[in-house]
Amino acid sequence: MNSREFLLLMAAMGAVTYLPRMLPLVALSGRKLPSWFAEWLELIPAAILSALIAPTLFAHADPRVLTFGKIELLAALPTLFCAVKTRSLAGTVVVGMLCYWGLGLVM
Amino acid sequence: MAGTVRQGLSAAWPICLGYFPIGLSLGVLAQKVGLAPWQMAAMSILVFAGGSQFIAVAMLGVAASPVAIVSTVFMVNLRHLLMSSALSVHFPGVSRRFLALFAYGLTDESFAVNLTRFSQGGWHRYSALTLNHAANTTWIVSTVAGVYLGQLVPPGAAGVDYALTGMFICLLVFQLRGPIFTITALIAAACSLMAYLWLPGNAYVIVASCCAATAGLVLKRTLLKREVPA
Repeated sequence: MNSREFLLLMAAMGAVTYLPRMLPLVALSGRKLPSWFAEWLELIPAAILSALIAPTLFAHADPRVLTFGKIELLAALPTLFCAVKTRSLAGTVVVGMLCYWGLGLVM
Repeated sequence: MAGTVRQGLSAAWPICLGYFPIGLSLGVLAQKVGLAPWQMAAMSILVFAGGSQFIAVAMLGVAASPVAIVSTVFMVNLRHLLMSSALSVHFPGVSRRFLALFAYGLTDESFAVNLTRFSQGGWHRYSALTLNHAANTTWIVSTVAGVYLGQLVPPGAAGVDYALTGMFICLLVFQLRGPIFTITALIAAACSLMAYLWLPGNAYVIVASCCAATAGLVLKRTLLKREVPA
């Protein structure tokens, strides 16, 4: 693959990445959404975050299998506790990293 | 203006901290499959999407066809349709030019932090834009540095691998503003695991989010409304 082909490929990858990020923002902002859709969108962030985290905590990647013994899951307990108690993003991230690091040393 | 920029920068640090080791490892991988630093930079600037860049680099390594690479990247990033829709309510009357620039930096992480800040109130759109670009700059620098540095950074130093997971957990807690949100999150986790096991790639994010939000909406409109009349 020469430089020109590489850049063309990158531009195509960039376009298919950018369009899904841009179109809803431009099309929906400032528009009055139907109430069911607004309520649905309100639930989307919690759903997305939970869906993003779940496999990290409860599944191995290769091959994909369910597990309940990952360090990620153990470290998530104090992390979750810290998030609920302190509601501090910075504090929670640091606690999570230290727990994960510490557990990795012991286990 | 300076204040909003500073706010954006100070909110960006967990993202930058999390991106740095990931970016380095992507750079190392890219160097192994023969990408030059300028090619890594071009990819991080034009694409700016961590997960799909890893996949693209791996596919370049096995000389996959450009069509296969582009369609995979498209599928992997389709989940941002939902995030972009969810953010749109926070930009009433904002110019298309701003939105077009803002959308470039929309990632899982910037979405999560920006949405949380917007719903807490007092979050200016320039802070949001700053945050996106701080994350983007970190990403570009770290991926290119990875190509140069190779494996000088030990894997897993001080738990940095957990920075993004920790951040997501905390942001999820911020989102749980009532029983219906918690129920939706639990349904999403269950759906996500099932989809993760049965569907290829990361379709699990979009499938699980849509199923869970729909289930949550149905529950909210039927069961909860009946129990607690407004």
